Amino acid sequence: MTSTPADLSASPTPRLALRGIVKQYPGCRANDGIDLVVMPGECHALLGENGAGKSTLVKIVAGVLQADEGEILWEGAPVRIGSPAAARTLGIGMVFQHFSLFDSMTVAENVALGVDWRGAMADLSRRVAEVSARYGLALDPARRVCDLSVGERQRVEIVRSLLQDPKLLIMDEPTSVLTPQEIESLFAVLRRLTAEGRSILYISHKLAEIRTLCERATVLRGGRVSGTCDPREETAASLARMMIGTDLAPPVRAAAPRVGEPRLVLDRLSLTSETPFSTALDAVSLTVSAGEIVGIAGVAGNGQAELLSALSGEALVAVPEAIRIDGVAAGHLGPRRRRALGMGFVPEERLGRGAVPEMSLADNVLLSAHRAAGMVRGGMIRFSRAKGFAERVIDAFHVAAAGPRAVARSLSGGNLQKFIVGREIMQNPRLLVVAQPTWGVDAGSAAAIHRDLIALADAGTAVLVVSQDLDELFAICDRIAVICQGRLSPSRPVRAATVEEIGLLMGGVFHLEETSHAS
Amino acid sequence: MSDAELLTLSAILAAMVRAATPLVFAALGELVTERAGVLNLGIEGMMLIGAVAAFAVAHADGGILLSIAAGAAAGMAIAALFAVLALGLRANQVACGLALSLFGVGLSAFLGKGLIGTPIEALPALPLPGLSRIPVIGKALFDHDILVYLSVLAAPAIHLFLFRSRAGLILRAVGENHDAAHAIGYAVLRVRLLAVLFGGAMAGLGGAYLSLTYTPMWVENMAAGRGWIALALVVFATWRPARALLGAYLFGGVTILQLHAQNWGVGVPSQILAMLPYVATIVVLVAISRDESKIKLNAPACLGKVFHSGR
Repeated sequence: MTSTPADLSASPTPRLALRGIVKQYPGCRANDGIDLVVMPGECHALLGENGAGKSTLVKIVAGVLQADEGEILWEGAPVRIGSPAAARTLGIGMVFQHFSLFDSMTVAENVALGVDWRGAMADLSRRVAEVSARYGLALDPARRVCDLSVGERQRVEIVRSLLQDPKLLIMDEPTSVLTPQEIESLFAVLRRLTAEGRSILYISHKLAEIRTLCERATVLRGGRVSGTCDPREETAASLARMMIGTDLAPPVRAAAPRVGEPRLVLDRLSLTSETPFSTALDAVSLTVSAGEIVGIAGVAGNGQAELLSALSGEALVAVPEAIRIDGVAAGHLGPRRRRALGMGFVPEERLGRGAVPEMSLADNVLLSAHRAAGMVRGGMIRFSRAKGFAERVIDAFHVAAAGPRAVARSLSGGNLQKFIVGREIMQNPRLLVVAQPTWGVDAGSAAAIHRDLIALADAGTAVLVVSQDLDELFAICDRIAVICQGRLSPSRPVRAATVEEIGLLMGGVFHLEETSHAS
Repeated sequence: MSDAELLTLSAILAAMVRAATPLVFAALGELVTERAGVLNLGIEGMMLIGAVAAFAVAHADGGILLSIAAGAAAGMAIAALFAVLALGLRANQVACGLALSLFGVGLSAFLGKGLIGTPIEALPALPLPGLSRIPVIGKALFDHDILVYLSVLAAPAIHLFLFRSRAGLILRAVGENHDAAHAIGYAVLRVRLLAVLFGGAMAGLGGAYLSLTYTPMWVENMAAGRGWIALALVVFATWRPARALLGAYLFGGVTILQLHAQNWGVGVPSQILAMLPYVATIVVLVAISRDESKIKLNAPACLGKVFHSGR
């Protein structure tokens, strides 16, 4: 079976049709009467901002959640999908955004858990090998998942779905954690699947991807369908407008930043690995100077977490000189004393690290900014000052919140991130370290955060951004370096770098370069 | 060695096996419960309830098998109470487990009031043909009652179940990542309920062994902290059945040795000797499980976490 238009017209019955799907959560109508049609052999994009209702909708299709109202038609017949097993029986497979894998188990065990397999493990391993060979998804069934890269983990999920011979495969933001090369090979697999007549429901908010991959798109906004279109005939800007309802101003970086004195110097920073699931740091060297934004790219799990905890002061370094903040050896200093040197820090996890979820915004201000604006005197908190500081952050950074008394957890991801970044910027740091500034943040807030970071650098602060999002790093950074297996590549100016080149570095190719130099 | 000395040695070895048996039951049961991601601190209580129930049935001439079954069933019933609270009502597992232990101590004492000081016939020994004739170790290892054999066979059986069967794979998956298991479509709470009930039955058997064979009578609070030892054994055994068996035997062994050391008049205060089993077990098991990566790979990642479906 091929996916020529003739075939599509010959089989006019949609593979999947949703009519008026409604899902009500306490305080939020996640899906509000959604219609969606997916044809056989079609790669159908489901577009939308965070919180638009994409994930809820596909969970309903995959049987994880039940719709409150509405109808699901599978190949023309109304069905009720009561459980993931029921979805699998129909021929619906799903690859989750946050992988549903079991870290301490082997690939074969993980696959066995995802299929209704009753036979011997050896037969299953053979089937895994067959499917992975057929689609070019290399996998070793005997390896433990915790030892796999993120791309390999995704392959496990895909192979697990393919073993069920699905007619519809749901992919929830599959590329958010992959290198550009891995994305290319994933797309090759997906094209092959549609050529076999399988349908794909592809969820993303990356517009460029959707325009290269999908023939049709349904755009969601606020739980409703805001449009359907052929993404190949749209521009990224027109798709973005459908997604967020307004036009987006892209961040603009000054052509030649005025670079001042070094503010952060890493000199052969090394860290040993404490747990089997983490990567050590191996002689990481980097300089970030006043007025510039330096980016660190890399696939998750290559030492970013360790680097960030060494920078924030959560992990202390044996050699104090390995980290210099404004010329002061700081490797042995804890987070508080590093902040006293003028360092601001925005961690990757907003809830739990960047903010205490159950506390109000005013209380959360105190966590990192208690020294600023005289919020503490004689060991006692002056709540009016903390409240005033929170109010200024909310105003200056356009945080949509009920006020300084709002509980951190009640804010959307984007708004809380704006608040946390704003809290650090308002303290006028000399150096700001930001991890994943726009991870899981909607496009409007992401653009605002990018503008704020650029403005901060233009005002003379040294900014270090650690991110997996290459588009983001290329948009805002002056220089970019790549971390892979705990080692950092030399940095290069963004203007001289290409996405392909950085992608190769992310895959660890600079190791080959170095060994060939050494030999 | 003289014949008399050999006989003593044989008796000591046999006593070690008897001291280890209740721990083997309780630790293996808790191991399965924890592998499913549930931390049940109520082992002590479940053992005591199992002990008093088994004893009551034996006292009423209920027969061997019925007494043993009563012990297991009583342990399971009290574990079901825990399941209602910790799984059904999503109460905190630590608090529920502690409450269960205290409740078990009190309830068993209340139920056993009329049974104090009325000894019964211990479970009959079932010497294994041939093996029990081996000098010294034959009498020590192969001349025990049915519960001893059952406890030793349980370790490899549980190992096969956990690591070779599909049901065991699902159980470990639920303990490792309950959200993922739910997303794939496994009934997390049902798997956990069964694991908790199994743990209760095993603790009940451990208690039954105490009141039917170890000291064939009912004494208030006769588990004497064995439930807590079993709990520690599971952690030190890094959630592996064979190591739990080893740990239980080690603890039982040193318990008996220190008793004999007191008899032989070793010049050390008896309180110090009484501490030895605890010290020895902790030292050996810490040495085994020193490798942190082993703990990380074996510890159920969702242990003690409350599962919320539908999110």
